[in-house]
Amino acid sequence: MSARGSGRSAFVALSLAIFKGFLRDKGAVFFSLVFPLMFLVLFGGVFSDQDQSKVDLIQVGEVRLVDDLPDGVDDAFAQTFDVTTSDDLDDALEQVRKGDADVAIEQRGDELVAHYTQTEQVKAAITQGTLSAFVDATNVAQLAAESGREPTYSFKAERVEDESLTAIQFVTPGLLGWAVAMSAAFGAAATLQGWRQSKLLRRLQLSPVRTSTMVAARIAVTVAVALIQMTIFLGLGAAAFGLTLTGSWWMAVPVLVVGTLCFMSIGLLAGAIAKTTEGAVNMANFFVLPMAFLSGSFFPLDTAPGWLRAVSNLLPLKHLNQAMLDVMVRGEGPASALVPIAILGGFAVVVTLVAARLFRWDTT
Amino acid sequence: MPAIVIDDLAKSYGELTAVDGVSLEVGEGEFFGILGPNGAGKTTLLEMVEGLRRPDRGNATVLGLPVWPRNADLLPRVGVQLQASAFFERLTAREQLRTFASLYSVPHTAADEWLERVGLLDKADTRVEDLSGGQGQRLSIACALVHDPEVVFLDEPTAALDPQARRNLWDLLSGLNDSGRTVVLTTHYMDEAEVLCDRVAIMDGGRVLQVDSPAALVRTLDAPARITVAPGAVAVEEARGMVGVDDAHESVDGVVLTTRSPGRVLALLAERDRLDGVRVQAGTLEDVFLDLTGRAYRA
Repeated sequence: MSARGSGRSAFVALSLAIFKGFLRDKGAVFFSLVFPLMFLVLFGGVFSDQDQSKVDLIQVGEVRLVDDLPDGVDDAFAQTFDVTTSDDLDDALEQVRKGDADVAIEQRGDELVAHYTQTEQVKAAITQGTLSAFVDATNVAQLAAESGREPTYSFKAERVEDESLTAIQFVTPGLLGWAVAMSAAFGAAATLQGWRQSKLLRRLQLSPVRTSTMVAARIAVTVAVALIQMTIFLGLGAAAFGLTLTGSWWMAVPVLVVGTLCFMSIGLLAGAIAKTTEGAVNMANFFVLPMAFLSGSFFPLDTAPGWLRAVSNLLPLKHLNQAMLDVMVRGEGPASALVPIAILGGFAVVVTLVAARLFRWDTT
Repeated sequence: MPAIVIDDLAKSYGELTAVDGVSLEVGEGEFFGILGPNGAGKTTLLEMVEGLRRPDRGNATVLGLPVWPRNADLLPRVGVQLQASAFFERLTAREQLRTFASLYSVPHTAADEWLERVGLLDKADTRVEDLSGGQGQRLSIACALVHDPEVVFLDEPTAALDPQARRNLWDLLSGLNDSGRTVVLTTHYMDEAEVLCDRVAIMDGGRVLQVDSPAALVRTLDAPARITVAPGAVAVEEARGMVGVDDAHESVDGVVLTTRSPGRVLALLAERDRLDGVRVQAGTLEDVFLDLTGRAYRA
């Protein structure tokens, strides 16, 4: 068989062996797939209510203003308020007082009366402002109809994908980044240490397999696991929590691949320093977990103090998360990921060189 | 042409001299044993000959090719079993062997044949972690042989096995050089070297003390035989007075007579009808070791 052919069969055999070993390692599967998914379900579930919540409005009796809203305005009204109707004003007021509803409205002649509490100041302000805006809009529409003249100024609202993304949009890329970082680092650390402990590394050195083939197989499996993680995350996010991806989300694939290499190198470093498999995994954890907190995997850093954001810029996970956030949900173009990719690649090269210097074939 | 030529190999780890100038030749098709207590330098010597460690001094060739630096032409012709169970985690016995077959570009059928040959067919779907010590060693030997190498190195293949498993493994090992394959094995078991090896190198303190066939080693030693009789069958004083007996002493098993003419002593004992529970022990490699080093063998 040609050298090239044998290299390929060795690559396939090694990749399969590593992949089977991963799938049968309950701990590894749990920490790379199940554990991050638990966070996704938790965050997706907890925060989904908060963002989409409308103002609960009770309409008491007939309120002409609401019933006769002009076209276009009624849509906006429905987006802001969740309307229920009631004939009992006292009961409606009691509900507002207890916090079951945010506001009760009734019409007294031409006057629209809104009953609300100041307990929830934000909602009170929204209610007050919005309702008076609807009254104005209706007045303007009526005046325009009577005079036959269009109003000079009009207002049209257009949504922009802003910093305050809905929760699932924000947490999915961050948690995925953390999950990939964790499994890449643990996988590399545990393989290096485990193979060294069992002398498999030595045994393979005495087989005709090249070191580059061994490294390529390990990388291929880790990248495959990362893509599986991505598929499951995006699938679950879209199916269960209404995740919507923006145009160039596919750019997350190269970002993820380079991110995987970067965190594999961190795992290699942990594996090269530590003396036992447990020690290597613990050290990988020591690198990755604090980094996840400081890189916006669990909560956004937009409101964090400046020094903290400066620190986070030194961490590769921050750039991985940022790039994925940008291309997956913020609607940025593919070019926005190029700088993060370069940063992650740079980290990977530097850390691999350090790990290679510290590398030993044996534990002794 | 010898299969292996070792010329003045030496290796130190800091202050410790592990191997101190060893020269050996192993012939083609020979079953060669390196015998010595733990810490004698056997494994370090073997690892240098395999090409795993760079010698401080000297060099080694296998099949006429230098082993250092790593030689990709030589590796497919050599099989190795390292001391630890160097397995891929969580694979079954069959998957393990097939993976190694693929690393050497050998078809899976070869892997399955070896699985049968080492008697692990019924454990084919058992994960390597769940194999017993003996089964693990068999699998690891199969992994070393799956590509049918011309030379195979086995580093203490029976270490940490119970006596039963050890003997079972001997049956497998003894046939390995039948087809002209050269086998080099390290062991710290005297009986194992005696049973399996054509020639034995006795090693201690990083040096080879003697090389020859086990029988020749014992013969040249002219070691006395030991005859043990049941307690009370003969008194120590009486035994010392017998013709041909060099010495006699009491032990837990009975009275032990040391002699260089066991035939005559046995005849005398038979004459006196004192052969109850008699046991004769000829000189062993252990005696050779004691003679060479002046100290008892500690395995």
